[in-house]
Order: sequence, then C-alpha cells, then structure tokens
Amino acid sequence: MKPTSMGQAVLIAAAVLYLVSVFFLSSPIWMGFSLNALIIAVVALSWNVTGGFGGLFSFGHAVMYGTGAYASAVLQVNYGVNAWIGLVAGIVAGAVMGAFIGAITFRFGLKGSYFALVTLAFAEVMRICASSFAFTGGGAGLQVKLDPGISTLQFQDRTVSYTLLLLVVAAVMILTAVMKNSRFGAYLIAIRENEDAARALGIDTYRIKVIAMAISGAFGGLAGVLYLQTMLYIDSTVVYGNAISVEALIGPLIGGAGTVWGPLVGTLGLHLLGEGAKHLLSNAPGLNFVLYAVVLICALRFLPQGLMGFAARIGPFRKKEEDDDNA
Amino acid sequence: MTHHLNRRSLLKASGALALASGLAAPSILRAQAATVKVGILEPLTGNLAYNGTQCVAGAKFAVEALNAAGGIKSMGGAQIELVVADAQSRPEVAAAAVDTLVEAGVCAFTGATASSLGLASTQAAAKYNLAQVVSIGTAEAMVERGLPNVFRFTPGVNKCTTVALDNLRLLNEGAGSPVKTAAIVHEDGPFGSGMAKILNERLPGIGIEVVETIQHPTPQRDFNNIALRVKASKADILIPSNYINEYTLMAKAIRQQRVELMAIYSILGGAASNIKFVRENNEVAQYVMDCNHWYDPQKPASVALAENVAKAGLDLTYDVMVAYASVQVIADALERSASDDREKMIEALAASTFDGSIMPYGPTKFVNGDNVNSQPVNTQIRGEKIELVFPKEYATAEAVFPMPKEG
Amino acid sequence: MSSLILPAVLSGLTMGAIYALVALGLTLIYGVLHIINFAHGSLLMLALYAVYFLHFYLGIDPYIAIPIVLPVFFVLGYALQRGLIAPMSSGSETNVLLVTLALSLAIDNLALYFWTSNTRTIDIPYAYDTVEFLGAYLPLGRVIAFFAALAVAPVLWLFMEHTRLGASIKAVAIEKRGAEIVGIDVNHAYAVCFGIGTACVALAACLLLPTFYVTPQVGYTFVLVAFTTVVLGGMGSLPGALVAGLLLGVIESLCGLFLGESLGQIGIFLAFILILLFKPSGLLGRGVKA
Repeated sequence: MKPTSMGQAVLIAAAVLYLVSVFFLSSPIWMGFSLNALIIAVVALSWNVTGGFGGLFSFGHAVMYGTGAYASAVLQVNYGVNAWIGLVAGIVAGAVMGAFIGAITFRFGLKGSYFALVTLAFAEVMRICASSFAFTGGGAGLQVKLDPGISTLQFQDRTVSYTLLLLVVAAVMILTAVMKNSRFGAYLIAIRENEDAARALGIDTYRIKVIAMAISGAFGGLAGVLYLQTMLYIDSTVVYGNAISVEALIGPLIGGAGTVWGPLVGTLGLHLLGEGAKHLLSNAPGLNFVLYAVVLICALRFLPQGLMGFAARIGPFRKKEEDDDNA
Repeated sequence: MTHHLNRRSLLKASGALALASGLAAPSILRAQAATVKVGILEPLTGNLAYNGTQCVAGAKFAVEALNAAGGIKSMGGAQIELVVADAQSRPEVAAAAVDTLVEAGVCAFTGATASSLGLASTQAAAKYNLAQVVSIGTAEAMVERGLPNVFRFTPGVNKCTTVALDNLRLLNEGAGSPVKTAAIVHEDGPFGSGMAKILNERLPGIGIEVVETIQHPTPQRDFNNIALRVKASKADILIPSNYINEYTLMAKAIRQQRVELMAIYSILGGAASNIKFVRENNEVAQYVMDCNHWYDPQKPASVALAENVAKAGLDLTYDVMVAYASVQVIADALERSASDDREKMIEALAASTFDGSIMPYGPTKFVNGDNVNSQPVNTQIRGEKIELVFPKEYATAEAVFPMPKEG
Repeated sequence: MSSLILPAVLSGLTMGAIYALVALGLTLIYGVLHIINFAHGSLLMLALYAVYFLHFYLGIDPYIAIPIVLPVFFVLGYALQRGLIAPMSSGSETNVLLVTLALSLAIDNLALYFWTSNTRTIDIPYAYDTVEFLGAYLPLGRVIAFFAALAVAPVLWLFMEHTRLGASIKAVAIEKRGAEIVGIDVNHAYAVCFGIGTACVALAACLLLPTFYVTPQVGYTFVLVAFTTVVLGGMGSLPGALVAGLLLGVIESLCGLFLGESLGQIGIFLAFILILLFKPSGLLGRGVKA
C-alpha cells in the first residue's frame, strides 16, 4: 500500500485529503457526490482483483454488483430478513456468482476478449431474469422499506453513512493489499504475466482464477448492497445495467490497474471530472459528457499507464524497475 | 420542425425567461424585486432525456407566464427563478442532484419523469424537508412511503387504469358493446406491469375478456411477432402501454400484419398523445385513443401555452403540460406561504386547494401525498390533431368508437 | 401458436440480417485490429441521423442515400482510426477500449445536444408495404435488408481474399511485424479496415431507417446484439457474422414467441454463452486468440 515515488505519495495524499475534507466542507453537493463515488470505488476495487491483478478483463462486473443488491433486497423485501443478514447474504451471493462464472468460463478455457464478452452476456442474462420474475419484483424492481436505524442499516445522517463507507473502502483496500502480498496474490500476478509459465511452475491456475473471481464477486456484491442501503430501491437496469460494468473497469484503468490505490484514485478523479464538467456546462446537458470524454481521451494519451503509473515516474524513492506496480 | 429552428427557439425561450426574471431588462426590473428559486429535477441526458427535456421546457413556460403576470405577489412581486438539475436518467444521480438544488437554495422542486428517479429524489429531499411536486411518477410506490415532502399532482397508475376502464366501459356500452375481447401489450417496467395487472383483474368486470397479454422490454426491436400474436388472438381491441419508440414500431407492425381491430385504446401510451407521432405516422395514428395526462385545452393559460410551444418549435406533449402545472402548484403555495422557507412550503402544499392549473382537475387535495382530485383524460387522434374526447365537460370532439372500417 | 412459428422464423431472419450487417463491420475491425470497438453503436446512430437528414432536407430516399453515406462514413472511420484512436491509445489495447468508450460517450451526447432526444422516423411512401411469402407478411424494408446482407458478406469476403488491399489487411491482421517488414503501411491498413467497418454500419443504417427510428440512444439497441453476433460467428469471420446474425434473429424471435418478449431476450445470451463454452472459437472461427 506504500507509495513508491514522490508522485504517488502526492496523488495518494491528495485523494486522502479530499476524502477527509468532505467532513469539513459541510456542502450537501460534495457529500452526495462523494457517497456515490465511494460506492463506485468499491466496484472498481472489485474489478481490480480480477482485471488488475489477474489480467482477467470483465465487461460485465455489474453481474456481481446486481447479484449482491438483489440477494439482499429479495431477502429483506420478500422474507423480512434483517438488513445485516442481507449484507452478508449479498456478499456471499456476489462471491458465489463470481466463482460460478469463473468456474465454468475458465473450465472451458475462455480468456481475453472472449472472457470479457461472456461476463457481459452473464450480466445481461441476470438483468433479463431480474426484470422477468415475480420474486425479484419484475420490471417494477424492489423497494426496501424506509426505516432508518442501525438494525436496518439505513442512516439518516449522511456523515454517518459517509464515515461507514470510508471504513468499508479502507477495509477493502487493506484486504486487497493483504491479498496482493500473499502467496495467492503472487500466483495471481504470475498468471497475469504468463499463464502457461505459471502452470508450468505447478500453480493450479484454474483454482487461483476461480478464487480471484470469488473475491472479486464478494467485493462487487458488497458494493451492490451498499447501493441498495443508500438508495433503498433497485431495478434490473440500475444494478445489472451496462453503466455499472463500465464504471467498474474505467476507474482502475485510469487510476492504475493492479495497484491498491489505483481504483480509488481513478474513480475519485473521474467522478470529480464528471462533476466538474456538469457544473461547468450546467446549461448544456450532454456537453458535460462530451467534455468528460475529451479529457478522458487526452488523459489516455498522456497517461497510458494510468495515474498511479504516471506518478510512479515522478521522483521515485528507489531506483528499481520492479517498483512499478508496487503501490 | 428542424433542429435549427428548435434550438434557436429554445434559446429564444430561455432569453425570454432571462428577460422576464429581470436579469437582462432593466425596464421591468423592480427596485426591490427579490427572486425566489424553484427547482426542476429531470433526466436531460440518458435514455429518458426526451421526456425530461420536454418537462423543463414546460416549466420554463410556466415560470415565464407567472413572472410576466407579476411574480409572487405576497412576496412583493418576487420573480421566480428556475434552477434546472439533470438526473442523467440514473437514480443515484437524481439523489445527488437534490443536493445541488438545496445548495442553490430552492424552496421546492418538481420532477422527475420516471418512478425510479422519483423514488430516489423524494427520499433524498426528505432529508432536507424539501418538497417535491411529482410531475410524473405513476408507480404507486411513490406515495406509499409516507414521506411528508412528496406531493404527486398527477394521477398514478391505479387511478389512470381505473379511469381508463370506466371510460372504456362507457364508450363500449354507448356503441352497443361491440367489444368483447382485448389484447394487452405493455412495456415491462413499473408502469406497464402495474397497469397490466390491474387490467387483467378488472377487464372481465366490464364484460371484456383478456385474450392475450404480451409484455416486452424497452427497447424492443421487432414488433412483428407481437402483432401476429395479437392477430391470432382475434382480440377486438388492443390496449397498449409503452414508450414512443416502441409504440411507433408497434403501430407499423400492426398495419403491416393486417391486424383488424375495432380500436386501439392505449393507457399512458407514449405516442397516442404525442403530436409528433401523429405527424410522422399519420395514417396509422388515426382514431387511436389514449388515456393519459392532458391539459384542459380551453383554459386561457392552456391556449397561451399551446401558442408559445408552437412558437418555440417544440411539440406539445403531456410532459410539457404536467411540468407547467406543477410549477403553477408550487407558485400557488409560494403565494400562500409568502416565504421561501422549505418547511413552510411543505405546509402550504399540504394545505393546497389550488384549482387554477391548466390541468382538468378539481381543487388540489393531497392525501398522503397523492392529489385525490387529479384525473387522466381520454384523447383521440383525428386527422392532424389530438382531440380531448373524455370527460365530456372538457371535450373538444366527440369520441369515435369503434373506429370506422377502412373502405 | 404453432401457426406463428413460420412467420416468426421469417421475421427473425429479416431482423437477423440487420444484426449481421451491423456485426460485419464490427467483426472486420476486431479481426484485424483486435479491438472491441465500443463506438460502433454510436457510429450506427450517427449514420442513421445522416440518412434521416438527407431525407428530411433533400428528400433523398434512404436507399438512394447509400452511395452518398457509404463513402462519407468510410472516410469518417478512416479518419477516426488514423487521427484519434491510434494516436490517443498509444498502442495499448486497453487504452483503445477506453478511447472507443469515450468516443461513444462523446458522439452520443453531441447528438443529444445538437439534435435533441426526439424520436425521429421518416415518412416514405412504401413504409407499410409488405412482401407476402408462404402466407407471412414481411415488411418490404426488412426483406431488402435481408438480401443486402446476403450480398454484402460475400462481397466483403471477396475483397479480403482476392484484392491486394484485402491481402495486405489480412497480412497485418495475422502478423503485424512481418507485414511491416515487407513494406505494408500498417497504419493505413488499420485505418482502411476501420473505414470499411464504419461504411458497413452506414449501410446498415440506410437499410434500417425505413423500418426503424433514430434517437441519440439508438446505438445501444443494437450494439450488444452486434457483439454477440461477432463472437458467435467467430471473431473476425465475415461469413460467421452473417450466419450468426441470422441465427440470433431466429433464436430471438422464437424465444420471444414462446417465453414472452421480455424473458425471450435471454435466448440470445444463453445461446451465446453456451456456444462460447463449447466452441469458444465461435461458429465459423478459426481458433481462440486471447
């Protein structure tokens, strides 16, 4: 988790400073915006496990997010189950979904673009199912009863929600760091670099990849539950839609895939860009997205390795090649 | 209509708005004319952009008219300033947009076209005690949460479907009950599914058997199968409920597959009350009926609105009307509360008996946030126009039911 | 219900032809550049607007518009690849993906800003004409699209197999370095390929508009199915895209008939997942490339 260069230290400090400053800004806009950004950061961290460390590109990460959200919502709405149990169920459901998709796609040897598009198809299948069956509320979606309280995991005070979200993001990042530095993480990175070589070294690549999908799914499911508990309403397009899948991958890729801080830095950066564009062009809805896209394209031109990769080159603490993805 | 005209006139409209709000015209700027801010939260980008943009246009016309008429008199002629926020067709953005409105200092706001957006925004606004006058939010969940800041001015899906059924019964009986069977085609979102459920329960009660119910997603690319199933069901009438794109494709397929129907009777249909559909698909649009939100075309404000909308090169859709009326409701509450305090606005809205809106409603009465005196009306496409055919006291034309057989 | 099966199959075939047309360009771009072009749907939307405005302002019939729109979109595609996608992505495949994503966001929202979110349809004299075949009524526009797809796929295939330019594009696709060494202008070949892919989508637009509508969001209506078609047919395989498109059209139509239109959509994706699992190279693909 430690930065490897001056640049990275500055970038991380800026992100932390921003997150802390939300407490003192007492601005509803910043609060609401940061809440949304943090939930997306969890999805981004989820994508990062498989996409960043494992090199397993998914275009359908909404499948984990949606499954987590729906699992909790179905239990709460249809069976009156407590929201905390719903939270656990959502995480487990996400993990199971991730493991399931991993188990069958990797069993059949899918990788690269094929894996990416199959995850997309899985997200679509789940979206269609969720909007077609009665127990998921069909097209009308599911609505959790508004009832603020600790036992219902709904918080009236947004500062409380924000604090808890920060803790969740921190926990997920610590888990990511632990994973990265574990034997498992080393195997996963080895698979990303060269799967055949990893297998030749005796790594059970199939097992490692499925476990990675399960971990990613757990994080994704967690993010879905966080969304549900914030918005209290989900429908199939909202949680299984393409928008989430895109947000899941774009943050890590811009921030720096396969790093601990990258997904958070990237997501915050992109959300700030989006918010800034919205305020700058509030009289021309649509043009804000154009500005966002233009800045994004330019960023890609100048930061091909993502923000963390770029920052790693500024004032490195140690002059070693291998430090590149060490943050 | 060209996109040039369209944009230029929009600019003109907003220019007029700036003029009216006293920003650019010293001649009508009063010495102490304060402004009071009213919000509008609509999806201006994303897949609901059409409806949201139409709503904002309607609200702008309302603000323009109210300001020209002297603003809020109880507040010394304060001019209304409209604060527009984009919900981007995403619930979490809708919720965050409420923060923008609060920070801008609005006293109340209107929105938000889709129930999923409305659920998110009302809940977010509740934390600020900020009133939301719901322009369109047909799902009943909108008013079932007991939030004190929710004021749904227009009818929900239950009332729309009930009224549509009553009117259908009257029409059918008036024609000697020729209609015995119906096919329902609906989009699979909240409003379509809710409607289909009620229809299936209640149509038999008015002597009409449901022979086919088909739900489809949005977007749906192909309507040939649906048309064929309706044809095979030999239904006398078709009751659709979907958005304009799907409605357009469906209307074409119905014709191409030579489906013989006595009537097309849509409920909250996206196209049958949309003049653009009438213009671009005039042949298939004839005699299509819709039970939907619609204004009372005979009120002076309605006539003026229709003129202004035409002048701006826009299409007069129900979105324009309900947003216009919602701003009227908020202005009336402002007039009575004489304050832009958020809590006072909630009180004023809760006590509203406003009957001066452009909608064909009785005096406003919010019970648990639902305006019990709202009602949908029936429209029918005749030639180049959309005529109001039901209820009788507002009608501009006699209903033609069933539709005449083609010669 | 059984009397509807034949019309449903025919209807599915004509819809599938549109999927095939949209997918042809996508598969060509994937096969050569190895990129998943997320802007494909937006380019389809742009082409639909082009066809719409040609009809609206100049009264040009969508079919007559083909010789106008095709070259314009070829140039547009060529310029996009050469001037934007290639230089901005710095050669990284991940970045190409992000550039096309951002491009799609920009195009969609520019369309929203300039042309508003109004649904537009064109009024043409033959809009309601149908062709009667085996007792089923098929919309004329869709029948034309069907035969056009049948004609275009072989033409493209012939171009790739039997022309010098086609051969050099293939060479670049198979072995970029090697092609460079023998003196092929790789950047030019890539851009030509992107241009042809974009022209394909423009052709699809000309054939689609008479029976469809255009809004800034319309690309999304087709893009997922197009991706599915590409993978199903075997990424990069032109005949594969044609067969897969038609097959998906029929699957969708029959599933819609038997499972309902909402749940029926699942058929496309289940077929997609199953075929990928058991034959990852797609129906007519050569082998899995990571």
